[in-house]
Amino acid sequence: MKVALFIPCYVDQFYPNVAIATLELLENLGLDVSYPTSQTCCGQPMANSGFEHLAGGCNSLFVKNFSGFDYIVAPSGSCVLHITEHLHDDDQPELAKHIKETTYELTSFLTDVLKINTLNSSFPYKVGMHQSCHGQRGLKLSQMTELNAPDFSKPGQLLNLVKDIEVVELDRKDECCGFGGTFCVAEEAVSVKMGKDRVNDHAKHNVEYITGVDMSCLMHMEGILNRQQSPIKIIHIAEILNGVKA
Amino acid sequence: MKTLDHAERADIFNEDEKRVDWHDETLWWIRQKRDKSAHQIPEWEDLRETASAIKSNTLSNLHDYLLEFEKNALQNGVIIHWAADAKEHNEIVYRLLKEKGIDKMVKSKSMLTEECHLNEYLEHQGIEVIDSDLGERIVQLAKEPPSHIVLPCIHKKKEEIGELFHEHLGTPKGNADPQLLTEAARVHLRDTFLTRKAALTGVNFAVAETGEIVICTNEGNADMGAHLADIHIACMGIEKIIPKREHLSVFLRLLARSATGQPITTYSSHFAKPRDGKELHIILVDNGRTRQLGREEFRNSLKCIRCGACMNTCPVYRRSGGHSYHNAIAGPIGAILAPNLDMKQYADLPFASTLCGSCSNVCPVKIDIHDQLYKWRQVLVKEGYTTTAKQVAMKTMATTLSSPALYKLAGKAARTTLKYAPFMVNNKFNAWYLQRDMPKVPQSSFGEWYKINRKKNEQ
Repeated sequence: MKVALFIPCYVDQFYPNVAIATLELLENLGLDVSYPTSQTCCGQPMANSGFEHLAGGCNSLFVKNFSGFDYIVAPSGSCVLHITEHLHDDDQPELAKHIKETTYELTSFLTDVLKINTLNSSFPYKVGMHQSCHGQRGLKLSQMTELNAPDFSKPGQLLNLVKDIEVVELDRKDECCGFGGTFCVAEEAVSVKMGKDRVNDHAKHNVEYITGVDMSCLMHMEGILNRQQSPIKIIHIAEILNGVKA
Repeated sequence: MKTLDHAERADIFNEDEKRVDWHDETLWWIRQKRDKSAHQIPEWEDLRETASAIKSNTLSNLHDYLLEFEKNALQNGVIIHWAADAKEHNEIVYRLLKEKGIDKMVKSKSMLTEECHLNEYLEHQGIEVIDSDLGERIVQLAKEPPSHIVLPCIHKKKEEIGELFHEHLGTPKGNADPQLLTEAARVHLRDTFLTRKAALTGVNFAVAETGEIVICTNEGNADMGAHLADIHIACMGIEKIIPKREHLSVFLRLLARSATGQPITTYSSHFAKPRDGKELHIILVDNGRTRQLGREEFRNSLKCIRCGACMNTCPVYRRSGGHSYHNAIAGPIGAILAPNLDMKQYADLPFASTLCGSCSNVCPVKIDIHDQLYKWRQVLVKEGYTTTAKQVAMKTMATTLSSPALYKLAGKAARTTLKYAPFMVNNKFNAWYLQRDMPKVPQSSFGEWYKINRKKNEQ
């Protein structure tokens, strides 16, 4: 199985450890993983700002970089949602379609494609799980509290395989953290307030770590935690699943 | 004078954090009541699907249903008026009052009349309008617009209402006992109901097959007004039509549960014909609705039954308040309806969202609200309703991200700046930094790490 690693631009630049954990995790599962080194960004920042028409360059680059793989896997719900919903290439529509259909967020790739049921990792800490909206409501990684439907959680299912971890129940299980891409600066006051409220919910339940499938939400909450000089740390779920000692 | 946009208004709202907490928790409590109530109905998701399908059918055949409704209503003895826009609607109301020599009117909740700014118009013509919905009366006394379509004065604390009532209705100063205040309002409104010759109401549902209208309230104020007046004027947007009476069994189950978590509104009153010697007028208003119907990507927004669930669940609405949307209808649904009325004036609203998607999940008629917010953003930018600064920034970003070499260069430059000249970034011009720290700078990018550690795989 040939797998391409799709690393969001800000993870590449600011959180290389998340990308390394994802790579190692997939390699340790015996997969043939490669990282197309000419990748940049999926184009979501432009698209969500109303400039989807400027994302053409990113689209063609994405198609060029990620052709010829069985699966494309990214440690992000948001970037994957953007690709599955908006990637298009007028010159190579079939190729773009194949890419859209084979691009997976990391946890759903582990649960739905690889169907793993054991993990060799331990994380002896109290952890709060942040449900990032694009992963949860967009990619349906977990059940949403608004719906009258059976409960499930793909990231939760994987965290259950980690030894010694304690995952806490939050008051508001799936409220948005307020990152929202350019929203985080365009609507600074509301964005920060949403982030503070999310962080407080975790703090109230005495978590030592906040984890999630999207580093963007975690980066936003980390910025707030660090400004508050809070002892709570953030960690991407790939790092926990890979067993990297924090 | 430039009107403040959503972000600027939200900034002001957030100056009082305790108040934001209170506003957020009040509305979250209603969202929880909605969840509890919705989760007690095993067929809840089927109900939403059915309601959405009925509305799809209605919108696709709106022309026919409207004519069917008109025909049946006329047979019932109702007088039907058609209004192309807000101006025509307001003029019809005024003409009806003037013909009868009426200069005082009681009005129950109608978001359509808010949309048409009827109160201001009538006041200008010397007509006194008293809103009889308690929440609406409160904001009317405060000379403010409603901040929520179901809970018009949700932004006001009971102490503030106590002050208002002391000033206008003579309640004891400093008394904010809800029971006492409600009783004072009741006495005041009772007098209004008894002395008004005209009553205006909104419409929740208009049934095509019978020509009747259904009005849902918790206070019975629409009934009280309509029953005591000589002339009842009911105003409705043309999208309020439903084909058959039996469809109410779907919508009435969804409406109040979605709105407040109640199984049904206290009053769901059917008005089919005027009482002897009295008049019932129904004004069917377009005001941009047919234009929205023609926008294929946005036509589903016309399915809205005005329950307000999207507002209660919206994390942005809860922390910015209804007035920050500077539109009669606030929140996520307001943000997809308003640009249809005026793209320039409401160009900021589709951006007042993180696109979290919670609104679409609570919507009882399954409007794809967050997807429409995304689509409005594209339309607004294409139509030129954006700033030059944003255009330049986006073009630069697109150029950088379309080139692997430029991207690597820019990434390195950003990391180097943060590491060696953090003051360039950590200042008040960086909205991220105002209340958040910047991420720590790693030793290298993942791309750089990969080149060194996984050379064998390099393409």
